[in-house]
Amino acid sequence: MSWITARRRHPAAGYLVVAFVLVLIGTAYAVITGGSASASSPVSANSAQIAQGRNLFLEDCATCHGMFAQGVSGQAPGLIGVGAAAVDFQVSTGRMPAAKLGAENPRKPPRLTPSQTRAVAAYIQSLGGGPPIPSAAQVSTYGANVGLGQQLFVANCAACHNFVGAGGTLTDGKYAPALTQSTPTQIYEAMLTGPEAMPVFNDLTVTPQEKRDIIAYVTQVRALPNPGGFSLGRIGPVTEGLVAFLGLLFFMVLAALWITAKHGKAHE
Amino acid sequence: MSVERALEGAGTFLDDRLHAARGVRVLLRKVFPDHWSFLLGEIILYSFIILLLTGTFLTLWFQPSMTDVIYHGSYIPLRGVRMSEAYASTLNISFDVRGGLLIRQIHHWAADLFMAAIMAHMIRVFFTGAYRKPREINWLIGIVLFTLGMFEGLFGYSLPDDLLSGAGLRITEGILQSLPIVGTYLAFFLFGGPFPGHLIIPRLYILHVLVIPGLILALVTVHLFLMFHQKHTQMPGKGRTNTNVVGAPMYPYFMAKTGAFFFFTFAALALAATFTQINPIWLYGPYNPVAMSAGSQPDFYMGALEGSLRMFPAWQWVMFGHTWAFNVFVPALLPLGIVFGGAAIWPFLEQWITGDRSEHHLNDRPRNAPTRTALGIAMITFYGVLWAEGANDIIANHLDIPLYTTTWIARVAWLVAPILAYIITKRICLGLQRKDRHLLEHGVETGIIRQLPGGEFIEETRPVDEEALAVLTSRTLPPPPPALEAAEGEVPPPGMRGALGKVRERLYNVVTESIPLPDSHGNGHGNGHTLEAVGADEHDQPSLPAGSGQSDGGNQH
Amino acid sequence: MSDTNSPGQPDSGNSGELSWPEYLTGGESRGAVPPGAQAAEPEGHARPRRVIGTPPPAAARTLLATDGGASREAARELPAEPDDPRRAKRVEKIVAACFIVAGLSGLAFMVFYGTIGVGSITNVLHSNLALGGSMALMFLLLGIGAVLWVRHLMPTVEMAEDRHPMAATPQERAAFKETFQQGAEASQFVKRPIIRRSLIAATIPMAVAPIFLLRDMGPLPGTSLDTTVWRKGLRLLVYGTGRPITAAEFNSPGALISVGPEGYLENDNAMAKAAVSLIKFRPGELVYGPPARPGGPSVRNKVVPNWTVDNIVAYSKICTHLGCPAALYEQTTHRILCPCHQSTFLATEGARVIFGPATRALPQLPIGVDSEGYLIATGPFNEPVGPSFWERS
Repeated sequence: MSWITARRRHPAAGYLVVAFVLVLIGTAYAVITGGSASASSPVSANSAQIAQGRNLFLEDCATCHGMFAQGVSGQAPGLIGVGAAAVDFQVSTGRMPAAKLGAENPRKPPRLTPSQTRAVAAYIQSLGGGPPIPSAAQVSTYGANVGLGQQLFVANCAACHNFVGAGGTLTDGKYAPALTQSTPTQIYEAMLTGPEAMPVFNDLTVTPQEKRDIIAYVTQVRALPNPGGFSLGRIGPVTEGLVAFLGLLFFMVLAALWITAKHGKAHE
Repeated sequence: MSVERALEGAGTFLDDRLHAARGVRVLLRKVFPDHWSFLLGEIILYSFIILLLTGTFLTLWFQPSMTDVIYHGSYIPLRGVRMSEAYASTLNISFDVRGGLLIRQIHHWAADLFMAAIMAHMIRVFFTGAYRKPREINWLIGIVLFTLGMFEGLFGYSLPDDLLSGAGLRITEGILQSLPIVGTYLAFFLFGGPFPGHLIIPRLYILHVLVIPGLILALVTVHLFLMFHQKHTQMPGKGRTNTNVVGAPMYPYFMAKTGAFFFFTFAALALAATFTQINPIWLYGPYNPVAMSAGSQPDFYMGALEGSLRMFPAWQWVMFGHTWAFNVFVPALLPLGIVFGGAAIWPFLEQWITGDRSEHHLNDRPRNAPTRTALGIAMITFYGVLWAEGANDIIANHLDIPLYTTTWIARVAWLVAPILAYIITKRICLGLQRKDRHLLEHGVETGIIRQLPGGEFIEETRPVDEEALAVLTSRTLPPPPPALEAAEGEVPPPGMRGALGKVRERLYNVVTESIPLPDSHGNGHGNGHTLEAVGADEHDQPSLPAGSGQSDGGNQH
Repeated sequence: MSDTNSPGQPDSGNSGELSWPEYLTGGESRGAVPPGAQAAEPEGHARPRRVIGTPPPAAARTLLATDGGASREAARELPAEPDDPRRAKRVEKIVAACFIVAGLSGLAFMVFYGTIGVGSITNVLHSNLALGGSMALMFLLLGIGAVLWVRHLMPTVEMAEDRHPMAATPQERAAFKETFQQGAEASQFVKRPIIRRSLIAATIPMAVAPIFLLRDMGPLPGTSLDTTVWRKGLRLLVYGTGRPITAAEFNSPGALISVGPEGYLENDNAMAKAAVSLIKFRPGELVYGPPARPGGPSVRNKVVPNWTVDNIVAYSKICTHLGCPAALYEQTTHRILCPCHQSTFLATEGARVIFGPATRALPQLPIGVDSEGYLIATGPFNEPVGPSFWERS
């Protein structure tokens, strides 16, 4: 984290991130169009993929979510009708399968490969429909209205995720994660499905184009270098206050100690 | 030689007109004592000067206007966004004026350093007892400056009209509204109508760039003049008494050192502004009353107020048809009122309790005033709890503590931690005094072990050196209260009669609690009588001598 | 060591040829002032005691030394040579190097100013680094050079200066009192009460009049805090896009969106009170109850059923604590949390307070649908929104 934030202001960082995002979009595009059948229309998902997904589900998910994804009360919710987008979000961010039951499932390296993820998603989609995985075109930020994205983001997202998506705390140990690693697809899926405590922003309330505007704002701002130096986490004045005391005042005290240090023997 | 002639020419020119030679020569030889902690105050002065310089630069471009504009400047993510001219011009300073961002960042860092140094300086003055007579006026001026600095900072970071500062103004408005009777009127007068209106930024602007800096400048001038006139206090040490100042003369030593310190202050701020980003308002976005960010905080010097508002319980009554918003105006006024009000009355309270009305120019070592030191630490703890609670969401998020737990911890710690801090600090101080006494009685351990003829091993010690002896015996205790001297059955003197007298006597015992110095040092090391000898023939009340010797004696039984 | 009569000058025991004249010492040395330094008191000091910085009479009118003649050697207060001449020689070069590089840094600053433009984030980043770096280096080296100079080139000295009690002598006080009284008498202020009283009376209006000038700083609040711009029939528009919204569109349980009244989205004064959070619940989640008494204290802890549409509830977004947008919503626990001071409201139970400093529930906006199916307000809030204030009953 701090390694990344520290180097964000590097002149090359902007290009790197743009390149990275391009590669990411390209990969996602390739991946998703590869599995376009399952993504765009759950009905036409090929049955082999659904069967693979069912097997994976039984291996990795059924312990908590039940053999038929019906959910286990007090342990895990039913997954019928949550849609492929929810599965793709949870599994591709590594939140599922969960390591242990906690207030919040942290982001971690995904356990399933992208194609396995798509298979499980297709299986869940086949059970009861729900929002599908957005296509690469749906999450493309090309030509997005970033200014509108800013307004929507601060009005609806920043209260939990902070003004640039650095994350924030919720009640009872839950937290709104930082959006620093989220891919455009994951951001889109999160808005669409409302994972964990997050509210839902369906496509009729916040249209796909507006979602792209929000994604454009988040990805553009997080890729920006910090022209003023180290970002201090982009979490507001708390870290600035720490620097004022532990950095500035400390430096000044050191200077004062040096200036007033005893030296030599006084002339008499 | 020509330089010398030029200087002499200039000097003659000025002296012919100003009669300056005599006074200025006194000035050049004025002695300043040297101690690192005496420079904390200079940090404040120099940050203030830097604030004036950089602030003037910023006013060349800043537009204190709340007129709506659509942004079309260099910061791409906000293009096309509706914002106030104030916000747009701040973006302009940051991205389109060469050096603008640097100066903006220096200005903000200087404000932070200004307030941090005020706190550090105030703590230094308190713990060394440098606020004692005759410096109470300067202490009070300092407290006023602290308060002014808080408002100056609040108004300053409100000017760019970004999301966080707008939230700060919204909270300011809410606090004003909560005040009984006059609240809504004050809020409407300040904002020129309902929040946010179009007047608050111009109004805060003139307060921020003229009125408050003017007041601060005037008070700083008085503060410095008094410091100069009363001469600086000094730390105890060999040859340092209550009636002298030991140090280096202003010219050239102090001037060179303080000049160097000014450069260091500027260098520190420039370094901070170069390498650490502060108040990135472009990331916060323009203020809009619908939006709010997670982890929204004020600058650190308002943090205690913020914490106090966060942790106070939801108490509110409707009485006589009116709303008493105790949940707002009590935490807004009370805790900082305790800190500042307590600081303001303490010098006078201490004088009343101890009856010590003599002048003090030799600083106390914090351990030698255990009650004062403990009270100070308790106050810092109190403030610190509020301060930490002001960032409780950040703490909760980064230390993985549930949010409500942090609030509950603060609610308990607010009451308990200061008391614990008081007790622990006092014990530590008394323990350190015992250690000092031990040193005086037994000397410094040398590490040399010697075998006595009888076979016994002892460690050799040597007496403490003169410098250490001067420091160790620098204790000044107030004279005993009259009641303690009055024999049984006698009528106590007026000041000690009645319930108030009893309270005073109790407080006296608490405030003066200390470990007596060993007998051989009870007298003769106080350095206290020099001026008494000087002034005895001219003063009917020798007010200067701190009389350490005699009072130590008084407390040794 | 230093007893009460100790000389003010430290290490007085081993005085060499540079030893301080005795006039620097404490009170006992009075009268023992060496001839060359006969006391010449600065103005205002009555006692014949030499104080540091006061010149001997011969030099009293000379600002600068004219020649360093032998006659002045005896009275020299500051040594002229550094403590360690060899070290000083070395440090001299370092100090000069510091100052030279500091000057070059200042030049570099000007060059950077001329060569590095701004106008983009990357440019500003480079400009900030170059300008700030050169500026910091300049000041840092000036500081370091000056400290090395004062520490190693200037001879170490320690001087003692006497203090005097702040209080004036009784004679001085008496003289002051006398002067003051004479002035008071001469002014006739005491003797002519009619002038005195009329002047004092006149100052009161003089002091109060400026306060009148402040009256027009703002309008009186009146009842404006009690109401918002919401009224029957106003559509709920999504903040940012300005689109109206139907109940059918806002159909995902757990959904949240910030809305404002039609026609006021860009009016900050209106939105500061009228911002609303629209929340969609699952069937059966809401706990219904009657509305609070209009105008009365809000102890409502239920959702008013006929103010909702199809499990969609509209709450004021303005926190009842201090007015921040209470915008954080957890759809699993149905908590609305204000990020400013963490007041927490339970959305399923009429947004009653469950934690934090707020005392009142978030007011609920009555909503319905219009003929085109769009969500509209069916009336204003029935209580004031936002923070508490005195006139609120």
